[in-house]
Amino acid sequence: MTGSGNPYARAVAITGVGMITSLGRGAAENWRRLTAGESGIRRIGRFPTEDLRTRIAGCVDFMDVEPVTIPALSRAMAEAVADEAVAASGIAADGAIDGDLFIAAPPIEHDWDSRFDLLDAVDPGSGPYARGDGVSGTEATLPWHNEFTNGSLADGLAARHGCTGSPITLTTACASGASAIQLGVESIRRGERTAALCVGTDGSINSESLIRFALLSALSTKNDPPEQAAKPFSRNRDGFVMAEGAAALVLEDPDRAKARGATILGYILGCGEAADTFHRTRSNPDGGAIIRSMAGAIADAGLEPADIDYINAHGTGTPENDKMEYLGISEVFGTGRDRLAVSSNKSMIGHTLTAAGAVEAVATVQALREGVLPPTINYREPDPNIELDVVPNEARVQKIEFALSNSFGFGGQNVSLVLAAAG
Amino acid sequence: MTEREVCITGYGLLSPLGETPGAWWAALNDPAVCRARVDEIATAPFPIHTIGDYDLAAQVPRPGDRRAMGPMMQYGAYAAGLALDMAGLKGETDLLQRTHMIVASGGGERDLELDRQILEGAPGRDARDAWITAQMADGLRPTLFLAQLPNLFAGNISIVYKVSGSSRTFMGEEAAGADALRIAHRRLAAGQGDIFLVGAAFASERPEIQISYNAGGLLLRDGFADLWSRPDAGICFGAAGAFLVLESRESAAARGAAVRAVLRSVESDRTDRGAGDPAQTARRQLEKMNAGPAGSETAVLSGASGAGASTGITAAERAFLEDAAAGAPVRGIAQAVGHAVEAAFLQNVILATVCIERGEVFAPLSPEAAVEAAGAGPVRRALVTGWGHVRGEAMALVEATG
Repeated sequence: MTGSGNPYARAVAITGVGMITSLGRGAAENWRRLTAGESGIRRIGRFPTEDLRTRIAGCVDFMDVEPVTIPALSRAMAEAVADEAVAASGIAADGAIDGDLFIAAPPIEHDWDSRFDLLDAVDPGSGPYARGDGVSGTEATLPWHNEFTNGSLADGLAARHGCTGSPITLTTACASGASAIQLGVESIRRGERTAALCVGTDGSINSESLIRFALLSALSTKNDPPEQAAKPFSRNRDGFVMAEGAAALVLEDPDRAKARGATILGYILGCGEAADTFHRTRSNPDGGAIIRSMAGAIADAGLEPADIDYINAHGTGTPENDKMEYLGISEVFGTGRDRLAVSSNKSMIGHTLTAAGAVEAVATVQALREGVLPPTINYREPDPNIELDVVPNEARVQKIEFALSNSFGFGGQNVSLVLAAAG
Repeated sequence: MTEREVCITGYGLLSPLGETPGAWWAALNDPAVCRARVDEIATAPFPIHTIGDYDLAAQVPRPGDRRAMGPMMQYGAYAAGLALDMAGLKGETDLLQRTHMIVASGGGERDLELDRQILEGAPGRDARDAWITAQMADGLRPTLFLAQLPNLFAGNISIVYKVSGSSRTFMGEEAAGADALRIAHRRLAAGQGDIFLVGAAFASERPEIQISYNAGGLLLRDGFADLWSRPDAGICFGAAGAFLVLESRESAAARGAAVRAVLRSVESDRTDRGAGDPAQTARRQLEKMNAGPAGSETAVLSGASGAGASTGITAAERAFLEDAAAGAPVRGIAQAVGHAVEAAFLQNVILATVCIERGEVFAPLSPEAAVEAAGAGPVRRALVTGWGHVRGEAMALVEATG
């Protein structure tokens, strides 16, 4: 360790995790499959895709939700991963959590079936959605409103776990899950609470959202075979694969966690963030915001770049992201880049969007804990312009002490987290 | 830990009452002006408060930037520009790179024309899915749908003004605006950042929002009515873009920025609306703020939405204020500008700041209502309430500086 000071002085402990992805339910099951190099990407069966260029995704089709809507699936997954993390941490054995809830969730919008049903029941009276002179809602239609307020998921989850304060629902696009963790870290560091429940969830694969991302030319169109479509850092990468998933982390003040005899799974040592001002969907070619995000996290942890052993990359598999992430890593780590291992979970589980930062933080905690690096699968044609050890195709047994997890979003926000082994 | 003082060094508000403190003040003292901004036709049968003509290009000069936003994001971007101007941050690259942004946003803004086509042309349920998918694949335009991503609200502000410290977007109706302010306040007080741009916007004319609120039976219809005497279906939306620049006292002093007011505290909590009592939560918040009794030198700007004005949450807040703020000049701001949901709390904190700067409060907005006492003397403090229409209870205390 070359950094100045004690990196654990401001550390926040992780005492419980939960995870759902297209690979399955539960952090242990996901870890088993991630380290086996399995893919959760399949043909979409949820809606017709014949006319679409992208027909694959990492759908979570095993939750007990019917019909599948964005709010219902996002809620079911968030509840399941929060339950798993809280139970594993043992924090709520004596009642409520002394901590706020921070949940990264997709914006709630009516899907088309819901919209048609709703407009059959109530009528706005004017505008594009009007059918007649206006029919107001009643007690009977009130649930339509409640379910489609952005705050309702957090409200229910905070009540479920007895969280303190006003629960916060947030979105920073593809950095959202990491932002939720960062808010929890800040709250505990301020001494306001001894804990935080940080969740990311995203169940937003429907035809409209798939089309939206396809319009940005962001999605892979290599539909066959589906499990080979996500190819981060490969020369022939052609976009990310949309996916669903959720993850939760119980964060705690380390002293308090130790005092109650909790098992500490790992630590968050530092957070960095920066907003890009260049373009709505592209990074500044100089990589400035990505660099500030990574360097900021390492500095916040009291470490030097040379201390980092492993990067859980944003690694979406779009031509643009992987190039920029490589540029940023090269700038921050210099020649130290050669001794880094850098892998992308998205090669296996796709891009879980709002949830990705939380999902990948949990995978990073497991890598630190188990001494195993999850691979970047589908790495058959290395991009000669990206000289990284991407842990190709098979997991690697390697003891690591400090890891960086990157999350970069459309719309500018970039977040990096430094995590450490429990030691 | 020693807490740092949190100062308001800039604010920008685009509202139905205009965009300058002078215009707001004149309108707030003249019910006829406020009333004239109510449009009963645009979204009939539901009246709304609307923003009149304004020159977006004055803040957002590039046409491409303007096209990438719907009206909600445009209101917000404009207000953010006003706030940065007042704080003297516009064009200050080094400072903007250290400026952290937290915004509250509703959902994004849909392509209404495409939605209209789909609603009018859709075949029966069996054939609908495939047909709609084909319509969207042909009809959605990348620029327009980017406006559907709520985080692009902040993203656009970053791009237009080069605010690049960070960009976080909170969602969740009224509470999202209050929580944006609370988190910025806490981080500043604890030294987790020196300058924050906090804001929100709401477009009262957006029909996709009205669908949802109408389903809840929440919207005032068939004519305007005074806030405190509305039926339970009592929300009358109002458009707004509201942004504040918050800064530590040290940061403001170091760069010679004028301090408009001190943001003493921000509280926001969640009360179980079924079993709990929002008034009890609000009393605890008052105690925590250690603000003492309200009294006549404390203006109370209520964010009551109008929902449940007869027997529900607005009625409960009125009862709370009649008791806890007896004798203080209470003002139900939604009467003048409508309910701006995510932007309501921040708008009211800005109006509170103006009261502090002027050392007075404007005339009662609903003179018939017993809860709104006349202002008697100088005002040194302003309390802002933000009880959400279905959840969230927030309170902020703004004080004169020095």
